[in-house]
Amino acid sequence: MSQLLAVLIDGLIYSSWLFIIAVGLTLIYGVMKILNIAHGSLYALGAYSAASLAGYWINQGHAPMGSYAVMLVAAILVGLIAGPVIERGLLRFMYGKDEIVLVLVTYAVFLILEDFVKLVWGVDPYFLYQPYSLLGSFDIADLTYPNYNLVLFAAAVLIGVVVAWVLTRTRQGKMLLAVIHDREMSAAMGINVGRVYFITFTVGAILGALGGALTAPMISVQPGIGAETIVLAFAVVVIGGLGSLPGAALAAILVGLVRSAAVHYRPELDLFSIYFVMAIVLIVRPKGLFSIPEARKI
Amino acid sequence: MKRDLTVSILIGALIVLLLAGPLLPRWAMFLINVSLCYGLVVLGMMLLMRTGLVSFGHGLYYCLGAYAAGTLDVLFGISDIAVMLLAAIAATGAVSTLLALLLRKYRDIFFAMLSLAFSMILYGLLVKTSALGSSDGFNVAAKTLFGVRIAGTEFERYLIFAITVVTAFVAAICIHWYRGSHRGRLAEAIRDNELRVEYMGASVANTVHINYVMSAVLAGLGGALAAISVGHIDPEMAYWTTSGEFVFVAILAGTGNVLAPFLGAFIFETIRSFAYEYSPNTWQMALGISMLIVIMFLPGGLWSLFTRMRKTA
Amino acid sequence: MNGIYSRPLKAVAAMLAGAALTIVCTSGHAQDKPIRIGLVTFLSGPAAGPFGVPAKIAAEAIVDSLNAGKVPAPYNAKGFAGTPLELTIIDEAGGATKQVTELRNLVERQNVDFVVGYISSGDCLAVAPVAEELKKITVLFDCGTPRVFEDASYKYVFRTRSHATMDAVAGAMYLLESRPATQNFGGINQNYAWGQDSWADFTAVMATLKPDAKITTSQMPKFGAGQYGPEISALLQSNSDVIHSSLWGGDLEAFMLQGTPRGLFARSQLILVAGEPYLHRLPGNIPDGTIVGARGPNGVFAQKSPLNDWLRQIYKERADVYPNYPAYSVALAFLGLKAAYEKARLTNAAPATEEIIKAFEYLSFDSPAGKVMMKLGKGHQAVTGTAYGSTLAVDGQVTIGNIKYYPLERVQPPEGVKSIDWIKSGMKPGKW
Repeated sequence: MSQLLAVLIDGLIYSSWLFIIAVGLTLIYGVMKILNIAHGSLYALGAYSAASLAGYWINQGHAPMGSYAVMLVAAILVGLIAGPVIERGLLRFMYGKDEIVLVLVTYAVFLILEDFVKLVWGVDPYFLYQPYSLLGSFDIADLTYPNYNLVLFAAAVLIGVVVAWVLTRTRQGKMLLAVIHDREMSAAMGINVGRVYFITFTVGAILGALGGALTAPMISVQPGIGAETIVLAFAVVVIGGLGSLPGAALAAILVGLVRSAAVHYRPELDLFSIYFVMAIVLIVRPKGLFSIPEARKI
Repeated sequence: MKRDLTVSILIGALIVLLLAGPLLPRWAMFLINVSLCYGLVVLGMMLLMRTGLVSFGHGLYYCLGAYAAGTLDVLFGISDIAVMLLAAIAATGAVSTLLALLLRKYRDIFFAMLSLAFSMILYGLLVKTSALGSSDGFNVAAKTLFGVRIAGTEFERYLIFAITVVTAFVAAICIHWYRGSHRGRLAEAIRDNELRVEYMGASVANTVHINYVMSAVLAGLGGALAAISVGHIDPEMAYWTTSGEFVFVAILAGTGNVLAPFLGAFIFETIRSFAYEYSPNTWQMALGISMLIVIMFLPGGLWSLFTRMRKTA
Repeated sequence: MNGIYSRPLKAVAAMLAGAALTIVCTSGHAQDKPIRIGLVTFLSGPAAGPFGVPAKIAAEAIVDSLNAGKVPAPYNAKGFAGTPLELTIIDEAGGATKQVTELRNLVERQNVDFVVGYISSGDCLAVAPVAEELKKITVLFDCGTPRVFEDASYKYVFRTRSHATMDAVAGAMYLLESRPATQNFGGINQNYAWGQDSWADFTAVMATLKPDAKITTSQMPKFGAGQYGPEISALLQSNSDVIHSSLWGGDLEAFMLQGTPRGLFARSQLILVAGEPYLHRLPGNIPDGTIVGARGPNGVFAQKSPLNDWLRQIYKERADVYPNYPAYSVALAFLGLKAAYEKARLTNAAPATEEIIKAFEYLSFDSPAGKVMMKLGKGHQAVTGTAYGSTLAVDGQVTIGNIKYYPLERVQPPEGVKSIDWIKSGMKPGKW
């Protein structure tokens, strides 16, 4: 019984993490139809920046509780700088091209940013454990969980709710949804698609960096964390249905629970679990769980 | 006319490579050798891309071909190159025929991700198998060719090179003729508008299936030849980053002509190799920047250098 | 149709000419006076921080020190027997296939005289046959798999550090000596060859030394996973007396950071087979009493000697910390090679490769980690003893105390016997 509880809690924690890293990606793909491989780099940049800035903050003797705010600020800064630079400086010139060429562009950006991170931060891992242990922990059955995991869960829920609200209740958000549905019609209706792209990419970058920043206290921030998360984020996005926020949430929960179950009951299957889920979901629902119906041109 | 020129260039390249092989410094011969192996896989990718599909999981067949060739020695004590290649063709042909039944219904990113999922499943299976060396893989030594012993002889490297060149040549010629054939031309039609192709009475599913199997067999051949040339195989060949590399080289090369994949693979390998040597700390950045330059100035891929017909987006 | 290929034909011709020119220019190195050594180590990726870059720093420091003749006896000759050394470094990242290509480039394009390299077992296994084909002496300096010389014999390939079997054997011995009442144990290891082999070796040794100890759970997270929430929960619920782990680098740090606040290490004794490189970064996040190995008598386990002092000094000047085990591994490689070269030089002023090989086989040489003997793998594989200790936080720093040394007879399989067979048949000490 307590093992089942552990599976559930671990699953939800992992799902929260997956959702946070996937939400930016699904937004960017939904609006711009770009498979943004550089999303992994934004995640890494967010993690490194948060680790450095918050680490500096704590080392200077400031209130450790402030480190959370510093992490957030770091992520937003990364998104606000990297997002526009990549979008305005590079992607804007490539929009007319084939979708797959854009993937290549984002891959090139990913390669460049990997070495950029290495040049700026070096090869030694960074860690920032104070925010993780600061909030204490709670006990359930025979297990102890740091309260930071609750923060992660709350953050995931908050991000999901905020993004959903912005998309469906604000004017800007509804324009984004319109562009997701039909780019051409939206442009014909007078929506400034270029500006929508810019905003989307920046928001997606911020969300990616936020994922990294929130994860930084739990992990060791080292070279290569970007590459590891890309494929996970993609899998979640595809399982959920591209461009669908509720899809991403459901997919994250599904993958998180399956992985948690694998770890507890059959640890050797852990390697496969996410790909199994992806294969099975795609076989059953070829366009992901919540796919947006697309008109077919004849 | 254009078709004849491609064939002439192919024949010319075959002769030049076979004759010049022993004259080149050995590292250059090896570089060309490895490029041709990758080029074979990219040729398969090109075939699929002309059908409108991008597979992010071709590492599956690349790895499968390599392991099919490599395990022959472990399981049956066979280390003949010809048998290894046949085994690779058989294994990849069989698996792809089965998988294509499922995959042929998918398009765009779903096709990409589903193929990625299968390749990662193979990766996981191989990593779990310590009998095959798990993630370290194992060494492959091809000892004979059609029964004639070549291992340890002076000509070993050259013969392996020659076989790779000949295989690449045969594959290129076959795909070139296929492209000019009826079913070959259907591929591009499918990419443009599937529904109309169906209306006209051709079977989209069958064409996609055939093209997929052919591209898988090409990837398997590339993998087996890589196994023989490099002498080592490991599950990394099935990892998504390997598949991703093939996609990128395919885009870089462009889909204009069967020569493009080999040229693209060669240039990619060369850039990567020199980036390693001259900027060991920032080779990724160097590679990324080179790729961006190619994309920006050669939007049709490298091959568009050679043709006046640029692809309109 | 007329002009459609004339442009490309000219382009192809130009490219071929350019390539030919490049090839001729870069491949025609005259016989340079210094001895060129190619170093292959991780400069990018997760292995760079704990292993690759420390090895690079150590190599550069050692080469400079050798060229200045500042190394303690018996290595005081400048360079190798008076000839200065030149170091070329390439990145080990990219996978085994890439490394095979790069080895060929290193040897044939950059014309190195010796190759020192390879941290990853997969790369070691892949490049060994190629080194044989290229007939270039290649010293594997850090990879752990016993398979290199147990699965095949090589003439040109040497490994100057012991393989990983002794880590498991000594680790289990130390564990049972400090906790003889161990009833069960679990493990968390990365799901790739190193992690799988470490776990397999450890369980085999435990089965031989304490057959009634049960295995509770074996967690095998993906390499680089970084997130161990469910694994830690599973380990907590397994209530193991002991947790074995061969995690390293960033993954180890993440595991410690995530496990400590959850009380995992209050519940279970931890043994870290490869824990030494990053200990100095973990104060506050590693419980006292954690059993730690350094894959040999390296780092804090190295006995005091002029050579050890020398390595610690030249490394600390460059890196601000004391050398960890990869740095020691690199030192063993360079010093072993130097010893072999200079031994061959005694009989021939310009020793040929075959003579250096003959000098290297069955060589015994001194190192910062003590005496190293090339006694396995038909004279190509080094053997040493090893050591383990327990952590203790002193003044906010992580130190290692309670050090025990294990002589090589107890931890090394004899020649001709596969490691796993030796373990399963009782680990009878060989004759050395």
